[in-house]
Amino acid sequence: MSFSKFTEEDLAALRAICGEARVTPREEIGDDFCHDELGGAFHRPDARVKVLSTDEISAVMRHAHARNLPVTVRGSGTGLVGGAVPVEGGILLDTSGMTHILELDEQNMTLTLEPGVLLMDVAKYVEPRGFFYPPDPGEKTATIGGNISTNAGGMRAVKYGVTRDYVRALEVVFADGTVATLGGKVAKNSSGYALKDLVVGSEGTLAVVAKATLRLLPLPKFKVSLLVPFPDLEKAVSAVPSVIRASSVPTAVEFMERDVILAAEKYQGRKFPERSADAYLLLTFDGASQTEIDLAMEAAAETCLAAGAADVFISDTDERNESIWSARGAFLEAIKASTTEMDECDVVVPRSRVAEFILFARSLQKRHGVRILSFGHAGDGNLHIYVLRDALDEKTWEAALRGTFDDLYARARELGGQVSGEHGVGFAKKSWFSESVSPETLAIMRGVKAAFDPKGILNPGKVV
Amino acid sequence: MKTLVCIKQVPGTAQVEIDPQTGTLKRAGVPAKMNPFDLYAIEAALRIRAAAGPDSTVTVLSMGPPQCEKVVREAFAMGADSGAILTDRAFGGADVLMTSFTLSQGVGKLGPFDLIVCGKQTTDGDTAQVGPELAEWLGIPHVACVKAVDAVGADSISVTADLPDREVSQRVPYPCLITVEKGIAEPRLPSYKLFKSTAARKVEYIGLADLADSDPKHYGLNGSPTQVKRIFPPPSGAGRTMLEGDAAAQAAALADILEERNFLR
Repeated sequence: MSFSKFTEEDLAALRAICGEARVTPREEIGDDFCHDELGGAFHRPDARVKVLSTDEISAVMRHAHARNLPVTVRGSGTGLVGGAVPVEGGILLDTSGMTHILELDEQNMTLTLEPGVLLMDVAKYVEPRGFFYPPDPGEKTATIGGNISTNAGGMRAVKYGVTRDYVRALEVVFADGTVATLGGKVAKNSSGYALKDLVVGSEGTLAVVAKATLRLLPLPKFKVSLLVPFPDLEKAVSAVPSVIRASSVPTAVEFMERDVILAAEKYQGRKFPERSADAYLLLTFDGASQTEIDLAMEAAAETCLAAGAADVFISDTDERNESIWSARGAFLEAIKASTTEMDECDVVVPRSRVAEFILFARSLQKRHGVRILSFGHAGDGNLHIYVLRDALDEKTWEAALRGTFDDLYARARELGGQVSGEHGVGFAKKSWFSESVSPETLAIMRGVKAAFDPKGILNPGKVV
Repeated sequence: MKTLVCIKQVPGTAQVEIDPQTGTLKRAGVPAKMNPFDLYAIEAALRIRAAAGPDSTVTVLSMGPPQCEKVVREAFAMGADSGAILTDRAFGGADVLMTSFTLSQGVGKLGPFDLIVCGKQTTDGDTAQVGPELAEWLGIPHVACVKAVDAVGADSISVTADLPDREVSQRVPYPCLITVEKGIAEPRLPSYKLFKSTAARKVEYIGLADLADSDPKHYGLNGSPTQVKRIFPPPSGAGRTMLEGDAAAQAAALADILEERNFLR
C-alpha cells in the first residue's frame, strides 16, 4: 500500500478542522505516542490530532481519504500488540479526549458514551447507580473505544462473556468520512449482516468508533472469592472443567503459580495471605443473594477438594478480596519488573486443553533457553504466557523468542485454539495469525477490509 | 501459653448511613463482618501460639447479639481453638467504659490468660480505647499500637509499638495485653476445611448471670457514663471551590489561592 506524503498543507487542513492546539506536528510528538505497552513497534506519526466530536472525526477522515493518508486511531495506548502504533506514519487520531458519558437509559439498561471514556470510569459511573458492565480486562486505564476495537475480554468472561456481548450499538465513521449507526438499543437483531459485531474487534481497520451504546446488567450485590491451593499446576488446571460444571458458573477462574505470586509480593512490597502451595486457582462467585453464592461456593469447594486441593480459602470481605486481587492485578507489572524485556502470547485454547497447553509452554523453557511465566484465565482457556529475556543478548533473545512463539502458536492450533484471546492481532501477531487461518478465510477477511476501506487508509499494516 | 483475642462484628461496608433522627447507625440490612483490625489480632495470636510451642491455645471472645457467633466461627476457620460470646440484653447500649468492663468480667469467667490481644480499634466505634481500658480493669500492663512481635518468651513478650513520633520496643511480663496495628502480619484466610471440621464445636454463651458482678446497673446503657447527644455525618463538599475557565485561567486562579494562603514563598 502506498500513501501520499504528509505535507504542510495537510497540517493546515487538520488545524482548520480541530484548531491549532489539538493538532501536533511530527517534530513535537513525544515518544509516548509512538508505541504501546508491549507490541515491539515504534513509529512516529506525521501528526497527532486530538478529536473531540464525531463531526471532527468525520472531517479528518474526509481529508485523509481525499488525500490518501493513513489514519491510526489511538485511545490510552495500553494495547499489547502494537495496534495503536502508526506503522505507516500519517495521522494519529487520538480519541482520548472524547470522555463524555452521554446517557444512562435505565429502562433499556444501556449506557451511551464517547470512545475516550476509561474502563474504570464506566464502573465508577454505573455501579453506584445499581448497574454493572461485566467486561473486566486487567487494564482499567484503557479506553472503552480500545476495548471495543480489540473485543477485550478479562476475568469475568467465564460467566459473562466479552466486550462484543455488551455492545448494543456503535456510531462509526467510515474511511471516507461517512457517519453511520450500526445496531441499536435492541436486545435482538436479525436484520442483515451484523456489521456492528464485525467492527467490534477489528482493531481500527474497518471504521472509527465515535460513540458506543453498551448493554448493562443489574449489579450483583454479593460476591465471594475462593483461593484454592493445589500441589501442582496440572492438578489445579485439570480441576477447572468440573468446577465450572459443579453448580452456578463462577464469575472468574484464574490460575496462578507460586513464582508469579512471589514476583507480585516483591513488586508490591506486601505479603500474599497464602503461600503454602505451588499452584492456585482463584474462583469468584457473584449473585443476587448470600444463599445463592453460599451454595455455589460450597459445591465448588467440594469439587476442588475431590480434585486434590489441599484446602479452600474463603475471601468474603473487601479487605480480603483486596489482599488477593491487588496481587492478581499486579502480576503483569511484577513480571515486567522482574526482567529486562518480555513478550507475551495471548492464545486461547478450549478449556479442556488448558492444562496440557501450560505444561507444554513450561517445557519450552528448556528447549529454547528462556524463562517462561504464565497466569491467566483458566476458566475461558485464555492464557497469558510471558517469555522473559533476562540477561540474554539481542541475537539469542530474538531467536529464542521467535522459536518459543512458533512452538506455542503451532501447539495452540493443534489443540483447536486461536492466536489471540483478547489482545488482538495488531502488528505483532500478524504473521502467526495469517498462518492460523486458511488462505480462503484470509482472502475473505481482506475482502471485508476492502469493502469497508477500499483505499486501505485505516490502520494499515495491522491484522490482515 | 493461653492467649485470648477480643473480636467484634461490625458493619460489612464502609458506607453505613447514620439515621439523622436517632443518631444511630442504620445496621438493618447491612451485611456484617469481623472488624478488620481483629483479623490482624487473630493472626498475631496464631503466630504467637506457634512460637510458644505445644499446649498453647488461642481463645476468642466477642460481645454482642447472638448473631456475633458468626465471627467466632470465622475465627475457628482461621485456626482459633475455642470461643465464647458475651450476650445479654443487659449489655446493650454499652459505651467504651462499660464494654471494657463487660469484657473484663468475661475474661474473669474464661481465664486466666497469659496474653490478651485486641485489634487497635474497630471500624465502627474507632475509639481505640477498649483494649487499654480492658487492661486497666484487669490490672495488667498493656502496650497499644503494636506493629511487631519481636520475641515470645516463657514469661514475657517483646513487642514494638508504633507511636506517632517514634517506635518503642518493650518487654512485657505476662499477664499482659497488646493492641495490634494493621500490617503486623497479613491475616490468613478462613479455611473451608476448618469451617466444616469446627461446625459442631460449641461456642460458649455468657450472660449476666454467669458473671462475678451480676448487678445489671453495672452494664450496658445503665452503667454507661457517656451520653450520645447527636451523631451526624460531616457535611460533604463544603469548602470546595471549583475553578472555571480554560487551563490558563484555572492555573492563574489556583496560583492566586496558593499565594493568598501563603503556600508560595
